[in-house]
Amino acid sequence: MDLDPEDVFKDEEDGSDNEFFQQSASSKEYVVYLVDASPKMFNTTCPGKDQKDETHFHLAVSCIAESLKTQIISRSYDEVAICFFNTREKKNLQDLNGVFVFNVAEREHLDRPTARLIKEFDCLQESFMREIGSQYGIVPGSRENSLYNALWVAQALLRKGSIKTADKRILLLTNEDDPFGGLLGAAKADMTRTSLQRAKDAQDLGISIELLPLSCPDEEFNVKVFYADLLGLDGEDLVQFMPSAGQKLEDMKDQLRKRMFTRRIIRRITFDITNGLSIQLNTYALIRPAVPGAITWLDSVTNLPLKIERSLICEDTGALIQEPPKRFQPYRNENVKFSMDEISEMKGISTGCLRLLGFKPLSCLKDYHNLRPSTFVYPSDQEVVGSTCIFIALYRSMLRLKRFAVAFYGSSSHPQLVALVAQDEVAKAGVQIEPPGINMIYLPYSDDIRDVEEIFPDTDDDAPRADEDQIQKAAALIKRIDMRDFSVSQFANPETLCSTAGSSSRRR
Amino acid sequence: MARNKEKLVLLLDVGPSMHSVLPEVEKVCSMLVEKKLIFRKNDEVGVVVFGTEETNNDLTKEVGGYDHIVVLEDIKVVDGDLIDTLQKLPRGTVDGDFLDAIVVGMDMLIKKYKDIHKGKKRLCLITNAVHPIKDSLEGTKEDQVETIAAQMTAQGMKMESVVVRGRLSQDANKRIMDENDRLLSIFSKQTLTRTVYVDSPTSLLGALKTRRITPVTVFRGDLELSPDMKIKVWVYKRTQEEKFPTLKKYSEKAPQTNKFATHQVKVDYEYKTVDGASKVVPPEQRIKGYRYGPQVVPISAAEWDAVKFKPEKGVKLLGFTDASNIMRHYYMKDVYLFIAEPGNTRAILSVSAIARAMKEMNKVAILRCVWRQGQQNVVLGVLTPNISQNDKLPDSFYFNVLPFIEDVREYQFPSFNSFPVSWQPNEQQQKAADELVQMLNLAPSGKEEALLPDYTPNPVLERFYRHLELKSKQPDAAVPPLDGTLKRITEPDPELFFENKSVIDALRKHFELKENPKLKKSARRLLREKPSGSNDEDGDADVSDAQAVNSIEKALVVKIEKIGDLTPVQDFEVILSRRDSPEWVGKAIKEMRDKILGLLSDSHEGDNHLIAVECIAALRKGCILEQVSPSPSLCFCATVSAFATAKWPVIAFS
Repeated sequence: MDLDPEDVFKDEEDGSDNEFFQQSASSKEYVVYLVDASPKMFNTTCPGKDQKDETHFHLAVSCIAESLKTQIISRSYDEVAICFFNTREKKNLQDLNGVFVFNVAEREHLDRPTARLIKEFDCLQESFMREIGSQYGIVPGSRENSLYNALWVAQALLRKGSIKTADKRILLLTNEDDPFGGLLGAAKADMTRTSLQRAKDAQDLGISIELLPLSCPDEEFNVKVFYADLLGLDGEDLVQFMPSAGQKLEDMKDQLRKRMFTRRIIRRITFDITNGLSIQLNTYALIRPAVPGAITWLDSVTNLPLKIERSLICEDTGALIQEPPKRFQPYRNENVKFSMDEISEMKGISTGCLRLLGFKPLSCLKDYHNLRPSTFVYPSDQEVVGSTCIFIALYRSMLRLKRFAVAFYGSSSHPQLVALVAQDEVAKAGVQIEPPGINMIYLPYSDDIRDVEEIFPDTDDDAPRADEDQIQKAAALIKRIDMRDFSVSQFANPETLCSTAGSSSRRR
Repeated sequence: MARNKEKLVLLLDVGPSMHSVLPEVEKVCSMLVEKKLIFRKNDEVGVVVFGTEETNNDLTKEVGGYDHIVVLEDIKVVDGDLIDTLQKLPRGTVDGDFLDAIVVGMDMLIKKYKDIHKGKKRLCLITNAVHPIKDSLEGTKEDQVETIAAQMTAQGMKMESVVVRGRLSQDANKRIMDENDRLLSIFSKQTLTRTVYVDSPTSLLGALKTRRITPVTVFRGDLELSPDMKIKVWVYKRTQEEKFPTLKKYSEKAPQTNKFATHQVKVDYEYKTVDGASKVVPPEQRIKGYRYGPQVVPISAAEWDAVKFKPEKGVKLLGFTDASNIMRHYYMKDVYLFIAEPGNTRAILSVSAIARAMKEMNKVAILRCVWRQGQQNVVLGVLTPNISQNDKLPDSFYFNVLPFIEDVREYQFPSFNSFPVSWQPNEQQQKAADELVQMLNLAPSGKEEALLPDYTPNPVLERFYRHLELKSKQPDAAVPPLDGTLKRITEPDPELFFENKSVIDALRKHFELKENPKLKKSARRLLREKPSGSNDEDGDADVSDAQAVNSIEKALVVKIEKIGDLTPVQDFEVILSRRDSPEWVGKAIKEMRDKILGLLSDSHEGDNHLIAVECIAALRKGCILEQVSPSPSLCFCATVSAFATAKWPVIAFS
C-alpha cells in the first residue's frame, strides 16, 4: 500500500495523470552488471583531471555506484545484481570458476537496491584485491572460460520473473575486445562457439545483452572482433557502439552513465500520415518532473506499514456501497446520472493513434501553447519496415522548411492536439546533448487558454510603451547579466536534494 | 459571487447568409448558457436576433425604426428554457443590421441596470458582417459608430464580436466587408471589445469563451533584477488545463420515495495494521514513511520540518541568455503571464523596455521563483517577451517552467546519418516529403490559421456538455457521436487532403511499408503488451484474442499433469511452467526423458525419430530455462546417443 494521502483524496479519474508521470511497478527492469575484473581492467588507465589517472575498473565501478544511487530514488522497483568475472575467488550458485556475485546481507542476489548495498559497494574498491581478486579466467591450455561462466551465472540470476512483466538486461563492462585472443586453433574456435551459443540462449529467453566497451588510450575497442557476433549486431546497430578513441575520463564517465540508462519506451504508437500510410513510432519520456518518493504510512509504535481501506458510505442510509457507484452532475434541478462506461465512452474519441492533420510554420507555435512536459518520438522498423525512412524524410523536410506538424493524439486519458517539432541532433565532445528525433508538444484547447483581456485591467487610455532610449538602456543591462553557456539541467532541484539527503543519511 | 454576476446580451445574426452556420451558433450559445447553469447560476442573459422577418423590441415601439430585430428573451437569470430557445433559433429572411442590434442590446442593458454594474455588462455579437448597415441621418457611419462606442464606454459595457468569414461567406461584397470591418475596428479601438474572425464552424465553437474564469494572481511583488533593481509585477496563469468535470458519486440506496435524499456518497479511509487483528490506527499514531529502495524510513512531521526546504518568497533574475539555449520542448507545465503592476507607469515602462530589448536581441531571461511564503519548492523557468499587438494592452512576459537536472533523462539515440542507406530516404523520397510538408498547409497566408489552439474547443468537453443536456431530457440517451465540426479536430480535413491528393499519392508511391516478416507472431503480441497502460488502447479484436489465448492456457494448466503421445512438447512445457509445486519441474524432465527413450525404443525404422528430436530440443530448452543442473541431461544424452548411433546415425548432438 503506497497510498499517498493527497493521492487518495484525489478523484479516481485523475488516476490517468499518474500513469503519465510515474513509472508503474509492472514495467520493472532486472539488470545484471557483469564487470570484467581482469588484470587488464586494472592496468589500463585513462587520464583524468589534475593528472589523476583512473583505472578502467575503478571507472566501471564508480559509474555503477552512481547509477545505483539514482536508481534507488527514481526506479526503486527495478532489481539489480552485480557480478564480476575474471576473479580469483568464486562465489555463485553454480559454483563456476572465475565468477563472483557481489551481495550484502538481507538481500537476494537479484533484488532491489538497498542502502546497505550502495554503502558496501562504495567501499568495495579498497577490499577488492584482498577479498575477490583479479585473475585471467581464460588461459591457454586450460578448459576454463570465464566469459561463458559469467554469462551462465548472469542468465541464472535473471531466471526470476516473467519476461512479460520485466525487461531483463545484462550490462557487460569490459575493455577486452578479443577475450579469446590468447588462444589458438581448435580451442579458440570451440570457446568462441560455446560462448556465442550461451549468449544466444540468453537472448532467446528474452534477455538483452548490452556491451559497455571501454577503449584503451592507444587502441580503440573493436566490436567487430568478437562482440558484434555475441550481441547479434547488424550494420546499423554497430555504429552506435563505436566509442571514440582516447577519450577523457569525464567524457567516458558521461558516456557510460548515459548508456546504463535504458531508453524506456513509454508507448509504441502508430502514426497515420494518410490513409494507408501508417508508420510505427516509439515514445520516450525524456523530461518529466522527478516526484519525491512515495509516502507509506506506518504505525509509529511498531514501525510497520499500515494498509488503507476505503469504504463508500451512502449519506442517506449509512449503508456500505459495494459495487462501483454511478456518477452524477446536478443540472437543471435534477441529478443527471452517468455510468462509468458512459464516461469512458464520452472520453474515447479516437482510436489511440497519432493522426497527421497538417503542417504550420514554426512561428505559429507560441510560447503560451504549452500544458505538460513534451514526449520524445523516435521511429522503429521493428513491426513496420520502412517506418524509419518516412520518418527521416519528414523530419528533414520539417527541419529545413522550419515547419512543424499538427496531429491529433488520441490517447485514452488525454486525447489532445499536438505539435510535432523536429529536433536536430546536438553533440558536444562526442556526447550527445540533444538526440535527433521529434518532440511532441501538447497543445492547449481554447478552454485551457485564459483571456488576456480579462487579466489586464480596464483602461480608457493606450498602454505606455518604452521609447527607443529606454530600450537601449535595457539592452545594455541585458548584456551585463548574460549567461553565455546556460543550459537546462545545470540546476539540481533543492527540494529533492533536501529530502533524499535526509532519508539516506538516516538510513546509513 | 454576486459581485461577479455577469449581465450578457447575445446579439445573433440569423439572416439568410448566416443559415449555414446557425447550427454551430445554436450549439455554442446553448453551451454558454449550460455552463453558466453549472458554474455561474446567477448570471443573467438576454437574447436578441436580427435579420428576422418580424420586428419586436422596445426601441421600435418607442422611437420607431430598428426593424427586423426581435428580442427573443429578456434579460433574466439563466434557466433551462433559455437553452431550449437557443437550440432552435429562428431562420431569418432579411439581411440584418448589426449596428441597430448593438443599440437594441445596449438599450436593454441600460434600462435594466441603469449605470450600475460597470464592467459586468457585456454584449456578444455573432455575425458575418457582409451586409451594409443603414446610412445614418446625421453625419457618417463612422461618426455614428463613434457615438455609440463612447456611450458603451461611459456605461462600462464590454463587447465581444465573433465575425464569421472566409470559407463561410464566399460571395460577399468585398467593399462592404471592408467598410464593416473598419466600423467594427472602431469598437475595438475605443471600447473594450474583442473582435475575432473565424472561418470554420470548428473555430466558431472555440472562439466564444463559453466559460469565464475570473483570473487570480499567482504572485504579486517584485521581479528582482538585482538586490537594488526591482520591478513590481503581477503573475497570472495564461494556460491551465480545463479538466473533465469531477462527477460526484451517486448512491442508489435511499428509497425512491424519499424526496429529500441527497444520494451523496461519503468516502471513508481507515488505516489498519497489516497483522491479523486489522486494528484501526488513530491519526496521531500514524507516521509518514519514505521509501529508500525496499526500505521505508519513518520520518515524523517534526523531523521532516527540520530537513524541509523552506525558501523565501520572491522572484529573482538569474540572468539573460540566448533564446537558442532554451529548447521549446523543455517547457514543462502550463504557462504564466507576467504583467507590470496595473496603474504603475514606471513598472509598465520597465517591462516594456526589457521585453522589447529582449525581443530585439533574441534573448530570454532565467528566473528562480517562489510564489508564496511557505511554498516548499522552487520553480526555475524562462521568461520570454510578449510584445503587445493591441494599443490598449501593455507589453508583458510569458513564463515557462524549465526542468531541473533530475527531471531530464539523458537517453542516447543513434544519429540518423549513421543508419544504413536502405533506411535513408533517397532524393525522390525526400522531394515527396518536402512537397507534403509544404502543401498540407494549415496556415496558408491570407487565410485564418486552421486549428489555432486559441479557437479550438476540447471535443471531449463539448461532447460531455452536449450529452449532459441531452440526458437531462432523455435519461436513457446514448452518447452522441462526434459531429462533423468536432471531427475536424480529431481527423484530417478531407477537403485539404483531397486538394493535395497528387502530393499524397506521390508520397504513397515513393515509400513502401510492410510488416516485418522476421517478427514472429508470438513476439508481436508480446511487443504490443509491453508498453505499460497501452491495453486500453488496443482494439477490441486484440483484447478478445488475448482473452482467448489466456483461457486456452488456463485450460491446459488445469488438465495436464502427464506428457501424452499427441503433443509431448506442449505438454512438457505446460507442466514445466506449473508453479503450484516445485516438484513439477523434476517431474516434467523425468517424464520427458522417459518419453524420449520410449519413442526411440518403440520406433519402427526411425518413424518416431523426428518427434524424439523435437522432444530433445524442448528438453534442452527447458533445462536452460529452469537452470536445472545439466548433469542428468548429459548422461541422458549419452544414452540417447547410444540409441541414435545404433538405430539412426543422422542425429548429432551439439
